[in-house]
Amino acid sequence: MVDFGGWDMPVQYGSQIGEHHAVRRAAGVFDVSHMGVLDLRGQGTRAFLRKLLANDVARLKLPGKALYSCMLNEHGGVLDDLIVYFLNDYWFRMVVNAGTRAKDLVWIREQARPFAVEVTERTELAMLAIQGPEARTKAAQLLPPGEAAAALALDTFVGGELGRWFVARTGYTGEDGFEIMMPAADAVPVWRGLNSLGVASCGLGARDTLRLEAGMNLYGHDMDESTHPFESGLGWTVALTPQEREFIGRAQLESIARAGSARKLVGLVLEERGVLRAHQKVVADAGEGEITSGTYSPTLERSIALARVPAGTDGRVQVEVRGKLLGARVVKPPFVRAGQSLI
Amino acid sequence: MSNVPADLKYTKSHEWLRDLADGTVEIGITDHAQQALGDLVFVEVPEAGRTVKADEPCAVVESVKAASDVYAPLAGMITAGNPRLTAEPEAVNADPYGEGWLMRLKPSAGALAAAALLSAAEYQKLLEAEGA
Repeated sequence: MVDFGGWDMPVQYGSQIGEHHAVRRAAGVFDVSHMGVLDLRGQGTRAFLRKLLANDVARLKLPGKALYSCMLNEHGGVLDDLIVYFLNDYWFRMVVNAGTRAKDLVWIREQARPFAVEVTERTELAMLAIQGPEARTKAAQLLPPGEAAAALALDTFVGGELGRWFVARTGYTGEDGFEIMMPAADAVPVWRGLNSLGVASCGLGARDTLRLEAGMNLYGHDMDESTHPFESGLGWTVALTPQEREFIGRAQLESIARAGSARKLVGLVLEERGVLRAHQKVVADAGEGEITSGTYSPTLERSIALARVPAGTDGRVQVEVRGKLLGARVVKPPFVRAGQSLI
Repeated sequence: MSNVPADLKYTKSHEWLRDLADGTVEIGITDHAQQALGDLVFVEVPEAGRTVKADEPCAVVESVKAASDVYAPLAGMITAGNPRLTAEPEAVNADPYGEGWLMRLKPSAGALAAAALLSAAEYQKLLEAEGA
């Protein structure tokens, strides 16, 4: 067990690599109740979120549709990365990181003052992520028949209220699956029900190797308040159009976009034996960089990493691993998607 | 509950030693250590002929979670590193006291007598004190 944002969480239940393969090949379940669930309600909600977030909730037209976005400070630094669901014109739901939850709430309530928005934290909800090629069909077996059909009909990145649960076809592993918010009392019986259907219990360790293979950032490692989205592989989440949308951090991001970011986040694949880890030094022709997340990839059976490097970096680099320079190849994440190697 | 064979000697840093009765000792990491590290994905063992001091880092065991140094429990000369672990680091998890041995070492004169090694009972007590 380790402390994670104030929560005692298991790194693994059995073998971390076994849990990883279970998700790539069949299905696994993660307790992600540590994440913060915030409901924003009121007439001003859409206008408020168009100010608060770097991505544009106006892109959300279909009820239940989710959007991944950064929340920035005035300097363009990333306060948090989050998922926001559009439920109706007066109700959006946000899922934020555990470590930033308290800070986020203070920031969001402060920014919300001029808007007709009420922010409620849904601490009574537990959240389970069921992920893997068999995850949806297994999880649907625990829903009443009518709701199971509705859950299986959800499109990618869409969620909906099904009875007492909020079921969304989202995740953090690069596999298909659901993230389900439910009353906390439901979580243990559902977890046991999933286990009895052959869904493996998975801890934070497998969650980290899976998300890194999927090329997904981890807040506090791959980006934070001192880095902006363009040097964090998150430029695709910044909506600079329409030009009249005045979101927080916009002015700074526009000037970075004009000048071009001096650094970028890339994927690395180690070509020698060893394991890449966060904070190791990257030596490239264009200058030095740093690994932000590194691990051993159970799917690729070699080490992979995300690294922040000078913008011109390409081809091959060297990484200082325990006093030695080892060769690595620069790739564009993701490394693995839906069980298949992409490198 | 981890396995602590009675016929081995131990260190406070979770290495074990086996007297091979040919003037050399075999060294590995304990069952407790492999459990704490989790699935090993990379092991670097020393080359034969290298001279090491007591408590000198001489091998690396790296799991998905973290890298750890393994320390020489005794001064001496390495006579072998386990060649199998390059391709099969998981042997340390599967059989820490057997196929997963890390290195063999010929102790320097007097090194064995000078080393503060633990008996199985003493190592077991250390694990209990650490809450393992």
